[in-house]
Amino acid sequence: MKYIGKKIHKSDGNALVKGLPVYTDDLGINNNTLIIKILRNPHPNAVIKSIDVSEALAMDGVECALTYKDVPDVYFTLAGQSYPEPSAYDRRVLDRHVRYVGDEVAIVAAVDEKTALKALKKIHVEYDVLEPVLDLDTALDNKALVHPVQPHTNFDIGCDASRNIASTTYTEQGNVDEVLKSCDAVSGLRCRTQAQAHAMMETYRASVAIDYNGRLVVTSSTQIPFHVRRHLSRILGIPKSMIKIIKPRLGGGFGGKQTATAELFPALVTHITKKPSKIIYTRHETFSCSTSRHAMMLDVRLGADRNGRIKAIDIHSFSDTGAYGEHAPTVFYVVGHKTLPLYHSEACRYYGHALYTNKMPAGALRGYGATQGTFAQESAMNQLSDMLGIDPCELRLMNLLDEGDVHHELDGSIPGNPAVLKSSALKKCIETGKKMIGWDEKYPRVVIDDRYVKGYGMAVTMQGSGIAKIDTATAFIKLNDGGFFTLIHSASDMGQGSDTVLLQMAAEVLEVDIKNIIVTSDDIDTVPYDPGAYASSGTYVTGNAVIAAAEDMKRQITETAARMLHTDAESIEYGGDVIRSKDGSSISLREIGEKLCGFTGKDQLIAKGTYGGDTSPPPFVAGFAEVTVDTETGRCAVTDFCAVADCGTVINENLARVQLEGGIAQGIGMALYEDVIYSSTGRMATDTFMTYKIPCRKDFNCIRTAFESSYEPTGPFGAKSLGEVVINTPAPAIAHAVYNAVGVRVTELPITPEKVLMGMLKKDG
Amino acid sequence: MLVNITVNGQKRELTADPGEFLSETLRKAGYLSVKQGCDTGSCGLCTVWVDEKPVLSCAYLTARADGRSITTIEGVQKEAEAFAAFMADEGAEQCGYCLSGFVMTVLAMEKELKDPTDEEIQHYMAGCLCRCTGYMSQTRAVKKYLESKK
Repeated sequence: MKYIGKKIHKSDGNALVKGLPVYTDDLGINNNTLIIKILRNPHPNAVIKSIDVSEALAMDGVECALTYKDVPDVYFTLAGQSYPEPSAYDRRVLDRHVRYVGDEVAIVAAVDEKTALKALKKIHVEYDVLEPVLDLDTALDNKALVHPVQPHTNFDIGCDASRNIASTTYTEQGNVDEVLKSCDAVSGLRCRTQAQAHAMMETYRASVAIDYNGRLVVTSSTQIPFHVRRHLSRILGIPKSMIKIIKPRLGGGFGGKQTATAELFPALVTHITKKPSKIIYTRHETFSCSTSRHAMMLDVRLGADRNGRIKAIDIHSFSDTGAYGEHAPTVFYVVGHKTLPLYHSEACRYYGHALYTNKMPAGALRGYGATQGTFAQESAMNQLSDMLGIDPCELRLMNLLDEGDVHHELDGSIPGNPAVLKSSALKKCIETGKKMIGWDEKYPRVVIDDRYVKGYGMAVTMQGSGIAKIDTATAFIKLNDGGFFTLIHSASDMGQGSDTVLLQMAAEVLEVDIKNIIVTSDDIDTVPYDPGAYASSGTYVTGNAVIAAAEDMKRQITETAARMLHTDAESIEYGGDVIRSKDGSSISLREIGEKLCGFTGKDQLIAKGTYGGDTSPPPFVAGFAEVTVDTETGRCAVTDFCAVADCGTVINENLARVQLEGGIAQGIGMALYEDVIYSSTGRMATDTFMTYKIPCRKDFNCIRTAFESSYEPTGPFGAKSLGEVVINTPAPAIAHAVYNAVGVRVTELPITPEKVLMGMLKKDG
Repeated sequence: MLVNITVNGQKRELTADPGEFLSETLRKAGYLSVKQGCDTGSCGLCTVWVDEKPVLSCAYLTARADGRSITTIEGVQKEAEAFAAFMADEGAEQCGYCLSGFVMTVLAMEKELKDPTDEEIQHYMAGCLCRCTGYMSQTRAVKKYLESKK
């Protein structure tokens, strides 16, 4: 193959390295753009008793100061999900009831930032301060309610606002309680995973103007342009057709931009004032007034026979969705559904609630619940291996699903008809990872000296590739007058490289130089529908659509060439740049393109491909950690991390490797230090890069990667996803390594020196 | 107030508020490569050169730049292009939002350090945060780039 599996350069790479103006705020389309600032609530739970904006409005340069009295009174969710969204409609544009420190109280637009900030100080608000719910452990049935009124839900998601329940999940195969009784060994852990910040480098932002057709033009750094349009249409009460969304290059997203965090405010201001406006979130707002990963408490039990055969898996969880339920039911669902089907079991169960609290809402973040579930299940697996005296790698190899096996919890299963795992090289990933890290020689520990010990740990994980039976993407390919193609899609490249990977697939099918295809994916007026960049769907779902479109284009070119060469399609041999007939005549793509657009041709070839999967083939990663523990301070340093991934066919080796390395790095951050912390009064304490630490260049220099490819028969060229699965293994593997180094099993993330040291002191009595 | 700054070799007379930081002034003047990633001088995105030395322009008062020479990546496009090839070979760009500051830091390091070790590179570049790549690919690109210049 010419392009698949090759290290093709990223299509936008050169522009990015040279710092060209390609991001939302670089594309100013108007002078005199109003600058928007938000007045935010200082209390975790309060009701606005009175609000007076008259002084602010009287200021020179203040265009508007909107309160709950001035905005559409409609309930909605900002979650980027296909309609009808599973998340509860529990938000309003501005609400008298403000539910977390940072919740929006008033929207001010002014001629410049300085004036807007000054105007915020001139708004007078009186609050009735209410008792907040700040602790996940006491949220359920707390007498303080985050949502006193039951919100509308499109499905029965088990939302019961009178108990602070945002959503409920219960799934069980077999009878877990019965089977657990028959097990020789049952491991059990209570795990806590923290809220994690996305910390993408480009903060949330959007700008809005009205165009010559009177349409609202929204330029936004978003992963979900089509969902944003639907949300804005519903909230503003204007038809979708009156909204255009432009998605330029994104400065990272990681799921944060799968929620329509910022678009609403400039859209509303421009809709009301008819003047262009923009909002740029500060880093402080990006940390504290957006979304984070759901913090969770997970009780996990794993039962096995004495030979290590797993018989039952039981996971009960509470998830902290904060003040609003964006992605609450779906993230919660994924926790079990992307972990239970890793292993065979006689019975398995996943259940619990996502709960409302008076904290910043949680939302989508790379891994989307699987990260939390993996930490719990894999930590319990490692504990079980200890109890049984079986090597943790062996324990996995004994119990993993193989290609061809079925599992009722695999995405795409229907009752009585479990989905089939059609591709898996996870066992090979484990074998390769063992060799890379030197498992057989070093596990469980190598003592360096009196002070330092190296521990070794491992974990495995799975994710999905798109959402079975829900995600659907379409791609267009157009043959232009110059004989080159335009690939038109909306997979929302946010840095991961979907534009490039999809170009590779189109070039491979169309048998032309990749430079002969241009890609466009930034204007939803012209691109076909795509849910956007989430659920690990770009390569798999949109990729399959691109292949179908390219095949359609080939067929159209063949038929057109036959007509032009006065023969039938069966006599045509498609050859990319040149199309030949069996009789020896030929015509180039360029000629076809030009003829079609001239008087003789009078046509334009536009091909279409659509895909939606009945299953969601899981990619896998086996992660192996070497952690050097300082036994005097408890400090843990990752001194080697070997990650081996099965993403099916690797479409682009370079981009895949960087996705893997980048995900592992984020996972190391989550394992060791990243932590969204609230003060006792509900204010976020970690709202800068000074207080919220993400990995920096000096933290590690040791992520090693490899790929073990399976072939996914439903995938484009055999490919599966990769973007999310990469973040899941570091936390459990590092926790395991720390345990093997010093005997302290940390079950609450992050694994700080304090926890390790205190654990060691406690162990030593 | 008015400040006289040479930006990328061009003399400019720019207007700025007294308390304004250089990153904002430069963006307003059209040097859009300059990105702001934090409010605390801790991410490195806004790195430009003042008199050939890398500084965080979000923490450098515009008034201080009066009479000085500023270089943004718009002023070193050829050098950036040469480095871009090494980034492309590693697939190290990802979202690219940190890259203006990152590249300005790499090019400054190239002038300042002779034959840096891995640790010296990491130390010099430590202030340049990146959330996408996990840094490994960028380090590989930097090393190969420096190697090629020998």
